[in-house]
Amino acid sequence: MSFLRLHNVSKQYGPNRVVSQFNLDVQKGEFVSLLGPSGCGKTTSLQMIAGFVDVTEGRIELDGKDITRAKANERGLGIVFQTYALFPHMTVRENVEFGLEMRKVAQPERSERASEALALVHLGPYADRYPRELSGGQRQRVALARALVIKPPVLLLDEPLSNLDAKLREEMQFELREIQRKVGTTTIMVTHDQSEAMSISDRVVVMEAGRITQVDTPHTVYEHPHNAFISTFVGKANLLQATVHAQGGQWLAHVGDVQMAVQDVPAAAASHGTRLLLGLRPEKIQLSASSAGRTQGTVRERFFLGNLWLYTVECPLGSITVTAANDGEAPHQVGSQVGIDWSDRNVRLIAGDGVAA
Amino acid sequence: MSERRTWAPWAMSAPALLLFAVMLAVPLLLTTILSFNAYHVDTGPVAGSFTFEHYVHIVTDSYYYEIFWRTLWISGLVTLICIAIGAPEAYILSKMRAPWRSIFLLIILAPLLISVVVRAFGWSMLLGPEGLINDIFRLVGIGPVKLLYNETAIVIALVHVMLPFMVIPVWTSLQKLDPSVESASLSLGASHFTTLRRVVFPQVLPGILSGSLIVFGLAASSFAIPGLLGGRRVKMVATLIYDEYLHELNWPLGAAIAFVLLAANLVIMLGWNRMVEGRYKKTLG
Repeated sequence: MSFLRLHNVSKQYGPNRVVSQFNLDVQKGEFVSLLGPSGCGKTTSLQMIAGFVDVTEGRIELDGKDITRAKANERGLGIVFQTYALFPHMTVRENVEFGLEMRKVAQPERSERASEALALVHLGPYADRYPRELSGGQRQRVALARALVIKPPVLLLDEPLSNLDAKLREEMQFELREIQRKVGTTTIMVTHDQSEAMSISDRVVVMEAGRITQVDTPHTVYEHPHNAFISTFVGKANLLQATVHAQGGQWLAHVGDVQMAVQDVPAAAASHGTRLLLGLRPEKIQLSASSAGRTQGTVRERFFLGNLWLYTVECPLGSITVTAANDGEAPHQVGSQVGIDWSDRNVRLIAGDGVAA
Repeated sequence: MSERRTWAPWAMSAPALLLFAVMLAVPLLLTTILSFNAYHVDTGPVAGSFTFEHYVHIVTDSYYYEIFWRTLWISGLVTLICIAIGAPEAYILSKMRAPWRSIFLLIILAPLLISVVVRAFGWSMLLGPEGLINDIFRLVGIGPVKLLYNETAIVIALVHVMLPFMVIPVWTSLQKLDPSVESASLSLGASHFTTLRRVVFPQVLPGILSGSLIVFGLAASSFAIPGLLGGRRVKMVATLIYDEYLHELNWPLGAAIAFVLLAANLVIMLGWNRMVEGRYKKTLG
């Protein structure tokens, strides 16, 4: 029995179907991210759960109860907004206590719980400050404390980290996950940042153009993307046009004159000479001295990313991207001949742009 | 270079400074001097003389402070009604969708496009004993109610004229409001009314303050509306000043009344400003 269930939820604005057939079951205590490019309907989906946007079709259930038509202020969900949405005329403590006050929690308990929530986000000493006296990261924590203090059944995070600078964002990611584990609140986060979604979620829901295209653990989404869009949106990928044919009980793919084995070719596509799309992640390709490797190529460009070297290599597979750890070895020079190696286990067959079954 | 910098700001603001000096500071100074001049029924103001008699006259004669008191409460009432109507109006306006918002904003601003005199005559046609409003009252079986040439007429017409001056500042401060703040309040379990009272209202307080200062200041010194709708008997300070200057020809007394009005206005507005500002300055910065 899932804790939060969205059944065939759709949203229509005039002729535009912004979200269609949204189906999701979230378990209690789970951290789920809605990931997608802007305009994919992820924020609308979150707002339908929050009750700020009416559901056109479908049903939302929370803990077995139908909340589809419940008003936002009756759902009791905790929400952290992209702009933090703190009350500027109230102190940090007053902000955090607001939800308790609305629930008519009496005074000694109210300030006790507010102090606990502020301690949880390490803001105890800032209780008497006003939001404008805090940094972006601190405001974010106040917003989190304000949402968590009411002990909501579900915590909704709307791009919570997008207004923070890169370093702070990374710190907050892990802290957010740590706090969520500690309090055990079921959490749904909307983000367009794939690394954010991957690093802190139990499951990732990938959305495109109002539809869910994949729901899986971050690792599965990365290793087995359902379509070409996901393979390039979540991390980098080399997409290769191949033709397949059967040989000795397994499927062989040809990309130019390079041959490789592929798994899980669907029966529908499995006829001789079928054109298919293969994906190969840049970090799963190794470069070596020019004589070695399954095929050879020329380094066209080289970028230094600190922990990684990123190469663009011209080879019989086409122009491919390869990353290599900056492990202290001398990097390959631009223009040099290199051998290219990979394991066929890491070659993924990518279905067309169809929607996940 | 640094020398240039010191005179450049002065030079650039010189036209405005000159305008203010000629149009405001000089007449103000002349009026103040005039208010201390003695007055003779036959010869008029005596230049160069100095007396407090006009001020003493204003303070001791109940006729004057009755008019001052009326001006004060009418302006105060107009300000309160403008807050009560204008602030919700601005809020509703800010919630409207694209075409309607501009249409209604235009309707609210429309009174500013029509001369005060024309509007005053318009109101006298509506409020008169044979006017539209009394016609309606007659249909319902009330009346006729005396609406013209009394305080009611002045308050109604002043509210109509002053409303845009309340709506615009409140609307401006509503524009600065983060819309998700209201959503946040709702998500924490607050009702719509509590959200308005506890979250929206405190944040538009600066707008209400500036609106009420403008409305009070303009209402307290309004002339055309009380002059045309108050009739001969119901006077406000501005119409009293006009009478002293042009009917009694007692310019020094008129000047003294004008000076007292200015001083009273300043004291009330500064006091109000300090009182309201103190409430939000610390929090909103």
